[in-house]
Amino acid sequence: MKLTTILLALTLSFFLASCGDSPDGGGPEAVDTQFFGVTGYRVGPYGPSGAPIASGYIDYLRLLNERDGGINGVPVSWEECETEYNTAKGLECYERLKTRNKNGPTAIHPMSTGITYGLIDKAPIDKIPLITLGYGRTDASDGRVFPWVFPLMTNYWSQASAIVRFIAQKEGGLSKLNGRKIVLLYHDSAYGKEPHGILEKESENLGFSLVKIPVPHPGNEQQSQWMRIKKEQPDWVILWGWGVMSGTSIKTAKKIGFPREKMVGNWWSGAEVDTLAAGPSASTGYYAASMNLSGDHFAVVKEIRKYVYETGKGDDESYIGTVLWNRGVVQAMLTAEAVRLAQTKYGATSMTGAQVRWGIENLELTQSKLDSLGFGDMVPPIKVSCENHEGPGLVRFQQWDGVKWVAASDWIVGDKQLVRTMVEESAANYAREKNLTPACLDR
Amino acid sequence: MSFFLEVLIGGLLAGIMYSLVALGFVLIYKASGVFNFAQGAMVFFAALTFVGAQEKLGLPIWAAFPFSLALMILLGVLTEKVVLRPLVNQPPISLFMVTIGLTFFVEGLAQLFWGTKVYPLELGIPDEPIVTTFENWGISLAGVPIVLQEINSFDLIAAFVAGILVAILAIFFQITRVGRALRAVADDHQAALSVGIPLKTIWAIVWSVAGFVALIAGLMWGARNGVQFALTFVALKALPVLILGGFDSVLGAIVGGLIIGALEKLAEVYIGPFFGGGIEIWFAYVAALLFLLIRPEGLFGDKQIDRV
Amino acid sequence: MFYREAGQFKASYKEDQAILPISQDRVGLILILIFGFFAIPLFASDYWLTAILIPFLVFSLAALGLNLLTGYAGQLSLGTAAFMAVGAFAAYNFELRVPQMPILISFIMSGITAAAVGIAFGIPSLRIRGFYLAVATLAAQFFIPWLLVKVGWFTNYSSSGVITTQPVTIFGFIFDSPSRRYLLVLSIVVILALVAKNLVRSNLGRAWMAVRDMDVAAEVIGISIVRTKLIAFGVSSFYCGVAGALYAYAYLGSVEPDGFNLDLSFRILFMVIIGGIGSIMGSFLGAAFITLLPIFLDIFINEAAAILGLKLAAGITSVIQLLVFGGLIIFFLIVEPLGLARLWQITKEKLRLWPFPH
Repeated sequence: MKLTTILLALTLSFFLASCGDSPDGGGPEAVDTQFFGVTGYRVGPYGPSGAPIASGYIDYLRLLNERDGGINGVPVSWEECETEYNTAKGLECYERLKTRNKNGPTAIHPMSTGITYGLIDKAPIDKIPLITLGYGRTDASDGRVFPWVFPLMTNYWSQASAIVRFIAQKEGGLSKLNGRKIVLLYHDSAYGKEPHGILEKESENLGFSLVKIPVPHPGNEQQSQWMRIKKEQPDWVILWGWGVMSGTSIKTAKKIGFPREKMVGNWWSGAEVDTLAAGPSASTGYYAASMNLSGDHFAVVKEIRKYVYETGKGDDESYIGTVLWNRGVVQAMLTAEAVRLAQTKYGATSMTGAQVRWGIENLELTQSKLDSLGFGDMVPPIKVSCENHEGPGLVRFQQWDGVKWVAASDWIVGDKQLVRTMVEESAANYAREKNLTPACLDR
Repeated sequence: MSFFLEVLIGGLLAGIMYSLVALGFVLIYKASGVFNFAQGAMVFFAALTFVGAQEKLGLPIWAAFPFSLALMILLGVLTEKVVLRPLVNQPPISLFMVTIGLTFFVEGLAQLFWGTKVYPLELGIPDEPIVTTFENWGISLAGVPIVLQEINSFDLIAAFVAGILVAILAIFFQITRVGRALRAVADDHQAALSVGIPLKTIWAIVWSVAGFVALIAGLMWGARNGVQFALTFVALKALPVLILGGFDSVLGAIVGGLIIGALEKLAEVYIGPFFGGGIEIWFAYVAALLFLLIRPEGLFGDKQIDRV
Repeated sequence: MFYREAGQFKASYKEDQAILPISQDRVGLILILIFGFFAIPLFASDYWLTAILIPFLVFSLAALGLNLLTGYAGQLSLGTAAFMAVGAFAAYNFELRVPQMPILISFIMSGITAAAVGIAFGIPSLRIRGFYLAVATLAAQFFIPWLLVKVGWFTNYSSSGVITTQPVTIFGFIFDSPSRRYLLVLSIVVILALVAKNLVRSNLGRAWMAVRDMDVAAEVIGISIVRTKLIAFGVSSFYCGVAGALYAYAYLGSVEPDGFNLDLSFRILFMVIIGGIGSIMGSFLGAAFITLLPIFLDIFINEAAAILGLKLAAGITSVIQLLVFGGLIIFFLIVEPLGLARLWQITKEKLRLWPFPH
């Protein structure tokens, strides 16, 4: 009993002590640094997907320091906070990172749709931009309604539409989709319902029939879903999975004998973790969408190897070049480039959230710029504007060859017109609900 | 009709996989009255140790098995010594909560030892349909496919493993000296103690056997899902099996698994589409619940007699 | 010495039955309330309010609800998060669909809705007991979020299934800043805690405890088991429902059905067990412990590593945190299975004599 009391007292006093000195502390105070607040998830059921992204993100920040001494001479600092993919913990991380530096956390990548929703109302008040690469609120692509949210590169609806285009390509043209049957096998959650609207519209427009089959969370057992697929005899299966579900889907497809070459995953079911979970050989032939290519042949990856890993500062060498690690690098690059752009307008010091927001909104990375950054064709050229917070909306497809992911298509764009109409409609609804007047900031 | 049979058989075989996990719960509940929620974490720990020993320590596959088993036994013995012994005679809910604490601990320990990555697990068991009838996948224009009875080889082996496991456990419980002591302990702790059965040793053995069962379940499930944190979720699949079959019956775990597996798959395929699908997540629980209303102690559970 | 009831004579039954019969307790509570209502909103930072104090209060309320059911009426439930989900989504829909609906009425209605659902899922408790019942309540835990995702009406057909709560306005006063939201939650929690304290001292509370201790015996002495158990489920779910509404409106601002998962249920059950089963105060202590511990560990492990000069590999901190969290829970249950409330009681007994040895 005495031991407990002492322990309790110690716990409490340590806690108060460690919380008390935290605001504005954390990093080296004397030097002006650009502070990056990093939220990620490395443990728990989704940890295998979250860890490479967080590592890639931080490895790129390390590269900036080691190679260039920061961004335009302003050193980069960062702090990582573990969210465990849990909305409440994510909000706590956000509040904590917010207090860590006078300029705030540069820009937050919430890394979870739930956390993104929780932050959408807070971000404009705190003046912290949110960047949501491939998750979050799709209609935030309309920057007039969501000035602080950036679903950069591409969003769920663009992706769903692009998947349909990819299948059409494999079938030999959009007209060939008429009369085909496509099954959407989705995680039975809000996330899995995201593509329903656009796929239904596409199936009306293009004449294929769409069968939606939900997999209850967590999706570690899919006997009955694949029985139904067997009964439906579809031409293609679109896999909208998450976590353990994706690998199990591929495995169960093999189990009942469905060809993996007829399965297309979305970008959260298309990483090494998913194909490895199913077994490398069981996944051979499986396609998946991505917003970035995998591989370690890019110049920037080689530089990270040289400047970060060879000096022993890296995280985990086995992540290098994987789909998700590269995505983390891309996320960091986009954020850093936004800071760099903001510095051209506001001067070469550390940037505040509002200044970074301007940088993201006016970001333009041409192919030559990407080449000079060492990214080559890992990502497509991107141009953001106030109306369009998404950018190009391009998706690339990769195929698992038994050992690694290889590119299986060019950059594919979906039905841009349709996606944009849906985005604007949904954003307008939100604006009405919230009593907002859509407008561009900084104009 | 043949499709119905196929779903039914698929469901029964899936149910066997649930039974494998449920067995671990039953063993511990039977011997010590503890509802061990950490069984799912133990499955994860065992499977991760098995692949981690190969990946990180470079052990060959035949050595990884005894290594994992040894570690599971160590974990079981330590759990009994450190966690459960001080809590003898506490209310069942405290014991239950302590096993949830144990869940966090074991999950943390597993990831601390072997990392948080996903590992593939290839047992060398072919996981393909034995009769391939789907040459006409995607090009079936006739509309009516010829569906033959189709069974997956992996499922069959899983069923076989479960059968052997139950047989071993049955022999162990019925014939060996330790087994008889176990049954005595399950029946009445104090009476067992008073006739000189060493309770602590017995409990340590039970936890070790549960560790062994967890290892088997972890290997079978890991081969299907990949070895990753999500293996801990298999516990949730086993719980309806437990309440249907009774917490303290080995036979109940097997029969309950078969019933739950079959019902769940049939419901998802035939009733699910009317509700937009995905009803599996709760159907097994509701089915088990309705059954409990008729028989509150489960299919094979011990009947409780109330006295004032 | 300072905590002695000597000299405090009870001259009437009323005084004898007061909630806090000892004057030191009364003074202490009043001081805590003054501190909570005046000092904290004035001095606490936004981080403390939004990330620690508001969730602490919301979880206290949920733990209180579960404690009424599990601690007082003896019915183990693993479906707490589901009843919170009912509350959150009910409040959202009342606000959305009933024009000019005052938010406080919405909160009450959300509690009543959750109570109705709770009673429905409590019916099996009439037949089933112990762990069988606990596992059976998982049916609610999985069914309710499934239904909320499946039926678009509940989420107002939002494509992502996430609902964003309406602004909280009472008599034209907008609760938008962290300190205002904190005060709102604190007021509701204090009122409901007072109600709960009185409830467990009433006829009903005694009936619950009788059923908990032995339901057959309770029936023999004339307590209606059906009524008692179902009311317990109803009242408990009411508390959880209001907690769920506050969770959505005052804490997160937007919620999705998947957020109300089994982990949250376990978290709340932990609060009850660690805090002290069958104790109102224990619910608060447990909520404080479980809310603060992970945040503390996160900060502490990082700082300890920095002080010791260790470079922890990324992700290791989180794993260690999990390990220590689990370990501490085991430790606490072994050291004091009756929870923090029991520790407090022991401390009080010691305080009566302190600083004198006898």
